Amino acid sequence: MIRVVLRRLVYLVLVLFVITLLTYIVFFVGNPNDLAARFAGRDAGPAEIRDAAVRLGLNHGFWYQYWHYLTGLLHGSFGLDFQNQVPINSEISRAFPVTASLVLGAVVIWLLIGIPIGIMSATHPRSLRDRAGTTFALTFLSMPTFVLGVLFLLVFYYYLTRAGLSWFPAAGYVGLTSSPGQWFLHLILPWLTLALVQAAVYTRLIRGSLLDVLGEDYIRTARAKGLSRRTVIYKHGVRAALTPVVTQLGIDIGTLLAGAFVTERVFGLPGLGQLALNAIGAADLPVVAAIVVLAASFIVVMNTIVDIVYAVLDPRVRLA
Amino acid sequence: MSLLEVRDLRVSFDTDDGTVYAVQGMSFSVEAGQTLGIVGESGSGKSVSTQAIMGLTPGATITGEALLDGANLLTMSEGQLQSIRGSKVSLIFQDPLTSLHPLYRVGSQIAEAMLVHGHVAKAEARARAVELLGQVGIPEPAKRVRDYPHQFSGGMRQRVMIAMALALEPKLIIADEPTTALDVTVQAQILELLARMQRDYQTAVILITHDLGVVADVADEVVIMYAGRPMERAGVEAAFVEPHHPYTQGLLQSIPSYSGRTGKLRPIRGYPPSLMHQIDECPFASRCPLVHDECRVAPPPLKPVGTRPGHLSACVLPSDRVGLVAAEASQAAAGAAER
Repeated sequence: MIRVVLRRLVYLVLVLFVITLLTYIVFFVGNPNDLAARFAGRDAGPAEIRDAAVRLGLNHGFWYQYWHYLTGLLHGSFGLDFQNQVPINSEISRAFPVTASLVLGAVVIWLLIGIPIGIMSATHPRSLRDRAGTTFALTFLSMPTFVLGVLFLLVFYYYLTRAGLSWFPAAGYVGLTSSPGQWFLHLILPWLTLALVQAAVYTRLIRGSLLDVLGEDYIRTARAKGLSRRTVIYKHGVRAALTPVVTQLGIDIGTLLAGAFVTERVFGLPGLGQLALNAIGAADLPVVAAIVVLAASFIVVMNTIVDIVYAVLDPRVRLA
Repeated sequence: MSLLEVRDLRVSFDTDDGTVYAVQGMSFSVEAGQTLGIVGESGSGKSVSTQAIMGLTPGATITGEALLDGANLLTMSEGQLQSIRGSKVSLIFQDPLTSLHPLYRVGSQIAEAMLVHGHVAKAEARARAVELLGQVGIPEPAKRVRDYPHQFSGGMRQRVMIAMALALEPKLIIADEPTTALDVTVQAQILELLARMQRDYQTAVILITHDLGVVADVADEVVIMYAGRPMERAGVEAAFVEPHHPYTQGLLQSIPSYSGRTGKLRPIRGYPPSLMHQIDECPFASRCPLVHDECRVAPPPLKPVGTRPGHLSACVLPSDRVGLVAAEASQAAAGAAER
């Protein structure tokens, strides 16, 4: 078990190293003058651009520059952005809690919706309940986040507010620490927007996985032992059906933590997705590069966590 | 009174393609401490019959009677059946590789039934699991209880399944092809173990198999099944020495050692009938070398045949026409007619 974890951690470090190298090549290798011109700003003259090139260290060789970038990252610094010359770290540390609040809250909601409906569908296949679950899943699967989000805003913000019930704010974000109540109110609609689509995916995932497991011989063995239906389904069935769910959850959390772009946009949440979109619009390369490195790291880290959770869940994996 | 008496059991499944009549009038009985062999080819309904009476065939339509100590299993609630499964009646399945839960330790899987039915403390159930593992011949049982199924070989896993079945000293063990998935050398060990445990625990066994050799070794009584029906019921000696039904005779002649004299195997020609409709003639009629017009009228009921009590056959042939010699003569005649 410890060997599995250690091996995964070594892989993790190697992959992260490769990611930073590739990101660096993609974003910062090229004509030094172009980069310096972006950094220096729109109205900069040749002297200012030369000056900027020196400040960015562009007159050094590739490995020197990369090493400089990497040591910056290792010290936890993404450097300065081009637009405002402020540390990217502070922008990320402002944006990340927003995205994390959005994603983790949504994860809780979609699991709370998806798992029970999936289990119900799998244990009563082809029943009316199963069909209702399938209808639910197909409805939200086929509804893009921006449609659902805008619909929520229309109904819960626009119509309710016009009717004199201003329960939900239109957009924006309030920190958990500054006002938990407002934090919750500002996030409830984004949460639902993100969670309903994902709940639909998980409903199908769990239904399929559990149906497969319930057809296994060891489920028949459990029934033959005289265990109650409940024990058979939950202890023997759901436990074994969770593996693919864990994989999917790891990928989803990793991907979304780098920015739930659409949902953040619709609800005006200043998260990593918004930061990335603004940076791309302004061609602010260091910020985009920072988010790319961050996004890749989230996915790699989540994958490592998934692998370790696998080893905890399944004794057969511990040997591998 | 028999320990288990099954009368006119019928099991059918509604599928998208129509109704499958898997079992059509199965009858058998098992006496306490005895071994009943149920023999038949794949799809003859032998597994379905036993799983249906234990309530393990979800979605099936079941009629008939299955009296366990006089109580009809087929009219019981799921809760009542749960209290019988694993305590009074245990089941062992064909493939030990897939029949154990991969994520739980074998010890806890053995202890589970005890905790549910036996109202024993965890420590007690655990100690008993170690004891059982030792009894079924697993070395270092105290250590191995903490292992997972994938750390055992196929034969060892079937030993674990047997230990699990014995946990609450059931009156009846239904062993559904317990050795089919195992190596030949391991098969004999498992059968020997099953027989020893049966003696030690005074348990009755229903042994489901397609292997007549296995039945000859361990069974007291035999039911030969074909297309969801019993073709012949007999004591093991009568079945092998004085078979009556042409299907039984055909089965015996397709065993290499039985057809030794001519040096050639005699397979039964043709295929079993489809179970997608109710069969209104003798199900074996289309393959039978001795088929009569009478066989086409209705499926013949079981009737007493031969010289030994309890020997029943579902064939219209005269009841004293038993034994392989008669069959060989008739097959030779059939062969001549074909030419």
